[in-house]
Amino acid sequence: MAVVVNEGPYTHQASDTAYQFTKAALEKGHEIYRVFFYHDGVNNATRLTVPPQDERNVQKNWSELAEKHGLDMVVCIAAAQRRGILDDSEAKRHGKGEGAANLAPGFRISGLGQLIEAGIQADRLVVFGD
Amino acid sequence: MSDTKRFLYVNRKAPHGTVYALESLEVVLIGAAFEQDVSLAFLDDGVFQLIKKQVTTGIGVKNFAPTYRALGDYDVKKVFVERESLEERGLSEDDLMAITHENDDEEDVSSVEIVDRARMAEIMAAQDVILSF
Amino acid sequence: MSTLHTVNKSPFDRGSLASALAHALPGDAILLIEDGVVGARAAAQKTADLVQAAMPACSLYVLGPDLAARGIPVTDVVGGMTVVDYAGFVDLVAGHDRTQAWL
Repeated sequence: MAVVVNEGPYTHQASDTAYQFTKAALEKGHEIYRVFFYHDGVNNATRLTVPPQDERNVQKNWSELAEKHGLDMVVCIAAAQRRGILDDSEAKRHGKGEGAANLAPGFRISGLGQLIEAGIQADRLVVFGD
Repeated sequence: MSDTKRFLYVNRKAPHGTVYALESLEVVLIGAAFEQDVSLAFLDDGVFQLIKKQVTTGIGVKNFAPTYRALGDYDVKKVFVERESLEERGLSEDDLMAITHENDDEEDVSSVEIVDRARMAEIMAAQDVILSF
Repeated sequence: MSTLHTVNKSPFDRGSLASALAHALPGDAILLIEDGVVGARAAAQKTADLVQAAMPACSLYVLGPDLAARGIPVTDVVGGMTVVDYAGFVDLVAGHDRTQAWL
């Protein structure tokens, strides 16, 4: 299965629903080929959030799920550039200064082709959005 | 065994109020390189993405409408627009921009097909992968 | 060959439920999630009629955790709709040939 997340954390339920779905699918023994973050979905991948202690940490949920199951979580580079989600190489390439990189663990930045490829390789593709 | 899949891009929102029209078009263009069987569906308010003469200078955003006209260059030949969605909104095919592609005889032919709701449902049911934005 | 249609917004907010139902074919399933579960309430006559009309040709489902989160008891749900959890959601995705999100 492939999962697409079109919205960022907290403002829309999409990311939470996608997370619960992905977790349930993995628990049932399904293979999740890729989780692809597009549009504001790229905002799930910033390491800079500081949500209240008594609330879920959406970014950590995803990072920990990825670590536990070896999930491939891809953040679209075009959408990420628009919204300021950068890994070390992107931060350097665009001269954003030391320490600017904000990509959280478990996510990688790549092209839209990864979304199409996920659609080709997976048996099912599910979109979570607004 | 071919691994060509039928991809449908579903567009149901008007342009500019949200980013989905622009960013879904970007997927279509990048996706062209994968040579899959691509169709685009415009229904509900999505039909507004294809209206002629969009002028965006007043709202200060880039006008990406001309990109739809380049779809033929990206080998996208199937653009389905829902008749009922047009009619409910008092629109007709004449309000839509021309989108063409070159056929096998190198003639420019229209890529746009107006389909009724029942046919749109059948088109959707024939796809392998449905991308909604 | 069948489709699972997901609807995540309330029918009072968006036309997505009506649009999904207008495009669903016999044998398809419709799953209401997130704010879309508002459309599962039997007491809202207009939307209950819409949902009921889709059955039995289509199978209707609603995500239990989203009902509970919004204080909608399972007993308030339109008759004939099946309440599922996330595991059930996964089964629905696996059990239909494609999933279409009506956003």
